[in-house]
Amino acid sequence: MLRFVIRRLALLVPVLLGLLVLLFGWLRALPGDPARAMLGQRATPDAIARVNAQYGFDKPLLEQFFTYIGQLLQGNFGASTRTGEPVLDSFLLRFPATVELALAALLFAVAIGIPLGYYAARHAGGIIDTMAVSGSLLGVSIPVFFLAYLLKLVFSVGIGPLEFLAVLPTSGRQDVTIDATHLTNFYVLDGLLTREWDAAWDAVVHLVLPGIALGTIPLAIITRITRASVLEVLHEDYVRTAEAKGLTRSLIRRRHVLRNALLPVVTTIGLQAGLLFSGAVLTESVFAINGIGSYLFLAIGQLDYAVLQGYILFIAVGYALINMLVDLSYGLIDPRVRVS
Amino acid sequence: MRRSSLRRPLALVGVAALAVSMAACAQSERDGGGEGGTEGGGEGGTFVFGASSDPVMLDPAFASDGETFRVARNIFEGLVGVEPGTAEPAPLLAESWTTSEDGLSYTFTLKEGVTFHDGTDFNAEAVCANFERWHNWTGLLQSENLTYYYQNLFKGFAQSDDPELQGGIYAGCEVGSDTEVTINLNEPFAGFIPALSLPAFSMQSPSAMQEFDADNVQGTEDDPRFSAYATEHPTGTGPFTFDSWERGQQVTLSRYDDYWGDVAKIDRAIIRTIPDGNARLQALQNGEIQGYDNVLPGDIAGLEEDGFTVMQRPPFTILYLGINQASTTTPQLADVRVRQAIAHAIDKEAVASQSLPEDTELATQFIPPTVIGWNEDVPTYDYDPERAKQLLAEAGAEGMTVQFNYPTDVSRPYMPSPEDTYTAISAQLEAVGINVEPVADRWSPDYLDKIQGTADHGIHLLGWTGDYNDTDNFLGVFFGGPSNEWGFDNPELFQALTEARQLPTRDEQEPAYKEINAMVMEYLPGIPIAHPSPSLAFAPGVEGYQPSPVNDEVWNTVTISE
Repeated sequence: MLRFVIRRLALLVPVLLGLLVLLFGWLRALPGDPARAMLGQRATPDAIARVNAQYGFDKPLLEQFFTYIGQLLQGNFGASTRTGEPVLDSFLLRFPATVELALAALLFAVAIGIPLGYYAARHAGGIIDTMAVSGSLLGVSIPVFFLAYLLKLVFSVGIGPLEFLAVLPTSGRQDVTIDATHLTNFYVLDGLLTREWDAAWDAVVHLVLPGIALGTIPLAIITRITRASVLEVLHEDYVRTAEAKGLTRSLIRRRHVLRNALLPVVTTIGLQAGLLFSGAVLTESVFAINGIGSYLFLAIGQLDYAVLQGYILFIAVGYALINMLVDLSYGLIDPRVRVS
Repeated sequence: MRRSSLRRPLALVGVAALAVSMAACAQSERDGGGEGGTEGGGEGGTFVFGASSDPVMLDPAFASDGETFRVARNIFEGLVGVEPGTAEPAPLLAESWTTSEDGLSYTFTLKEGVTFHDGTDFNAEAVCANFERWHNWTGLLQSENLTYYYQNLFKGFAQSDDPELQGGIYAGCEVGSDTEVTINLNEPFAGFIPALSLPAFSMQSPSAMQEFDADNVQGTEDDPRFSAYATEHPTGTGPFTFDSWERGQQVTLSRYDDYWGDVAKIDRAIIRTIPDGNARLQALQNGEIQGYDNVLPGDIAGLEEDGFTVMQRPPFTILYLGINQASTTTPQLADVRVRQAIAHAIDKEAVASQSLPEDTELATQFIPPTVIGWNEDVPTYDYDPERAKQLLAEAGAEGMTVQFNYPTDVSRPYMPSPEDTYTAISAQLEAVGINVEPVADRWSPDYLDKIQGTADHGIHLLGWTGDYNDTDNFLGVFFGGPSNEWGFDNPELFQALTEARQLPTRDEQEPAYKEINAMVMEYLPGIPIAHPSPSLAFAPGVEGYQPSPVNDEVWNTVTISE
């Protein structure tokens, strides 16, 4: 197990290096001039040239790349050209918001997706199954910003006779008038740690709509995968054998069906967890959540190289780690998978 | 091991389901109507304003963006302010001033009894400390993205490696008495007084700047990091003191009870960052914020219907159709008759009614009427499709195809919905037989880069919001020299603008700028369309907000009641 972890971590190095090269080249290939983005609408050519020289954007690409790698090796990820905020600091400040949002979305997707998919498979062809299948199709095809807008309209702003549903906030992570103590920047956790229950609760309430908006696509996918996987396992010989042996239904479900069916589902959850970070870009912007997604969104518009490179690198590391954990969890769920 | 390993994921699912159901129950217990930021009624309370982005940092001397200035205007004050609701300079921390005849020295009489938020006295010494600070910036602080306004208006620093920035027009500061201070210049600068109304020239507490090392911008050249002063301790004389800044979320200000003027009526002001325009609208509707600006024209009617107050800033903008005479795709644009034909083809009133806020003032020239040098007798080009066709025929350009560039996904104060403006204008051009080849680009950085950095564009939509009452801030910015945007070389115009800029007083500048405006409209480098003004929306119960053409909006007059 330890050897597996070490090997996986070692593999990460060439992957990240490759990613860096691609990222660096790709960002520079984007149209636009960061100096102009920095100086705004009426920058003079002289001023642009001065800023380019100052930030080293006029040096050969290869030289810029090696300077960047040199900085990285010293643990220096640079600072935003837009705000002067160090990349690592800004990432650490905003990362908890995104993790909180991603967890809320995942919770929503898993807590509903697995039972729904399971139920749909057990009653394949029934009403719930048909609804789950068509509903999940809608779920994967609805754009996040549109869903977010609708959710806010119904559950925050209120429309006509459905006014009573409008009880949730539209934006932010916490009511601005709550004077909460922030230790870790995970607002829910902070509220629990400091026993500021109203602050914790307010943070939870603020997560509901963005969690649903971001969780809809994973929910749809998890539902479909669970359904398909359970359906397949239900028709396996060993299930029939177990039934023939006279095992109780609940035992068969737990020990034979669910356990075997969960493997692809867990893989999907791992992949989705990574995708949640990219999905957060839109969701965070629409819900004014101060996470890495909304910051990346701003950075793209400004061609803020240091932020884009740093953030995407961190996200890639996070993605790789999550999927390593998923691989490790196979062994727990399915003893046939040996990870040594 | 086996058994427990199976239970673990199941247990997790169970916990998750429980949490969701708990959340659902408890939400239903919440009272309806959202979570207003208002505390109490009448006097006091918290005013929450929705901003489109965070301030870059909190020291306005290093800023040139609207969101930083919005915060700064409530914390800081300069020597000169503006008359409320106008762009006209007015006394603020200076009660009055006199100018020497040669226009090289300005003597200010300062307001007495003013203190900075840290208790430091505001006096002539403090004024000199600020001017000397700006003049003596070195190294990284001479970068245009940090000290844009100082270096552009004062033209340089005490010491600079860049020969263009060596010296500048600031000559020195003399303390006459506690309340009298003289600023000397090396050359006349007619826009000196109005320029001082910019937040970048706010008076900041010398002791706080020293204590928190205001100019210690650390890091390497390509990696500036701001000082503690600029991120945590901005200290001015304004009606609000700085409380806290949660990056990406909100800036909180508190009332300054020892303010020399009208003490603020609200207890706290919070500027919340909500980047998405629709999210700002919904946050207002839900009572999470009590006001925001740059309301989209399409949202105004609905907001008013629902009882929200919508106000307009007096116009200080220009929206124009730019024409590139060096266009690689549409060379015909170099012919003045073609440009005149385009001008006659455009029905500005229809463009305004189809794509701009109601009551938008139409433009006859490239500056709004409030700016000095506006000329009521400039050549005009009325909407006349027949004349347009005739001019095209004369120029041999019938059936020409013009590349029309416009930006997408952007809303600027002078251009709330460029796609709609494009649609309106292109239909009018097609009506006189000009074929339009649309080219749309993302605003930043693609669009600006293409328009201002290359010759690969034909006609385009762009505009400008003035910083302060200075004609050069419009005309000089557009036509001060050869540029990619316009693609023409008109030495006579460039020369006239340079000379007007150097005239020592505004009285002398006015006739010069009037003449230049007429000259520009004769030459017709582009077509001024309108002066759209941004709208602000407020929740019911918010009173006393004074919209300003130059965004000089200070919230000490605001009151909130339920």
